[in-house]
Amino acid sequence: MFRRTILSAVAASALSALALPLAAQDTLRIGVEGAYPPFSSKESDGTLIGFDIEIAKALCAEMKRDCELIEQEWDGMIPALKARKFDAIVASMSITEERRRQIDFSEKYYKTPARLVAPKDADFEGTPEGLAGKRIGVQRGATHQCYAEKMFPDAEIVLYGSQDEVFRDLALGRVDAQLSDSLIAQESFLSAEAGGDYAFLGGDHTDVECYGEGVGIAVRKGEDALRADLSKAITALRENGTYAEINDTYFPFDIYGGRPAGD
Amino acid sequence: METLLSYIPLDLALIAENFDRFLYGVWVTLNLTFLSLLLGGLLSIPMAIARASKHRVFNPLVQGYTYVFRGTPLLVQTYLIYYGVGQFEVIRTSFLWDPVLSSAWWCALIAFTLNTAAYTTELLRGAIADTPTGEVEAAIATGHSDRSRMRRIILPSAFRRAIPAYSNEVIFMLHGSVIASTITLQDILGVGRWLNGRYYLAYEGFITAAVLYFLIVLCITWAFRRFERRYLRHLTRRDTGIAPHAASLPTPERV
Repeated sequence: MFRRTILSAVAASALSALALPLAAQDTLRIGVEGAYPPFSSKESDGTLIGFDIEIAKALCAEMKRDCELIEQEWDGMIPALKARKFDAIVASMSITEERRRQIDFSEKYYKTPARLVAPKDADFEGTPEGLAGKRIGVQRGATHQCYAEKMFPDAEIVLYGSQDEVFRDLALGRVDAQLSDSLIAQESFLSAEAGGDYAFLGGDHTDVECYGEGVGIAVRKGEDALRADLSKAITALRENGTYAEINDTYFPFDIYGGRPAGD
Repeated sequence: METLLSYIPLDLALIAENFDRFLYGVWVTLNLTFLSLLLGGLLSIPMAIARASKHRVFNPLVQGYTYVFRGTPLLVQTYLIYYGVGQFEVIRTSFLWDPVLSSAWWCALIAFTLNTAAYTTELLRGAIADTPTGEVEAAIATGHSDRSRMRRIILPSAFRRAIPAYSNEVIFMLHGSVIASTITLQDILGVGRWLNGRYYLAYEGFITAAVLYFLIVLCITWAFRRFERRYLRHLTRRDTGIAPHAASLPTPERV
């Protein structure tokens, strides 16, 4: 399957080189991240896995299009989309006003709140006053950078290239707290061995300006047909049970509109 | 002017608004680059002497060190110090952790210093080995001991000869210092990446960063031209007013 995708991609780009741009359009190139478990990560052999990855593949199947997944570091995601390195981003990207100035989004495909994580024995609160002078780790270019800078102006916001690095430095004590998607924090840090001495600090953070309306699939401005196709495909996956199937292999509850159970 | 600026496809207002951040980035870049150059330079002098004098014990040690640090990328060295070292409980609980190895700035300084020291050692070793034999013989003839010969004749002469090559090392180190931004430091590139991360505008952040680096390199090359003019004056060709045939005489062979 993978080999076929590559072959058809090669064939498509060869054809486009022969001035047949329509042929190239048949392969939909999707930008993914690969360092954001459980949404996207890489197996030791380099295979991409995760919720985003499977959703991307399911969307392609639903739209009956050949797809090629292209890995891209998070903070270069939007520039790469605009530079046509790929045509859509399926990488847990929240729909926000600031991003909408640069790109367009499909309907949301999931929505989870953000929360702070700090050591269990932290002697400060998750409020702007409590975090004054503290170091908060966030992923650069994520919605959390916007929110952290707005909400905690007296804290030192420490920026990382990937969410994995944020957790690693939190575990090493280089930052006092971190702000991220609550689900990510639960699944890939708090429930892991490294996160044993850590816990959520304070409640949910939602903010339309920074966090927007949920996580959608980004496309370049003006690509309205693709955008509509993607939105339609998301609805179809919700209805035909494929979404639930993928959801259940990763999460114990439906993340589409929801929040972690028991919180 | 207003209309002219509006043709530039950059959000200049955003850059102006955040220029204080960029200036702070310039400060971080400069202090990391020049502190590591200073410390690395100081470290390299004894190491270069050990290499040039083929010291039985220190020469192979220093040679091994320069092999390792010139043989691996600076990014890998920085990651090893920042991420690698923190993995060990022993280090995290030692006195080295809290003020030093837990801080990104110190990790960058250590990596950059060790890296530039390796390059400077080899550069200086070459300059020392290149000392004209005549200078050494004259020093011996005037009764200089080994130590004072090194201090008063060989090293000053080697430093002068190393200036042009060293200007490359300074510029490479400045450009290499962008690695600081990968371990959370807000150097010039770090601020550029911050802007891109915050407003999703890649050109604004990175072009500003590029211009700032370019200006710093301009200053560095200007300073080195001044140094060369001052310290290598005796090596520059001067118009002596002597008839052309004198200049075309065969150059005396180096003794």
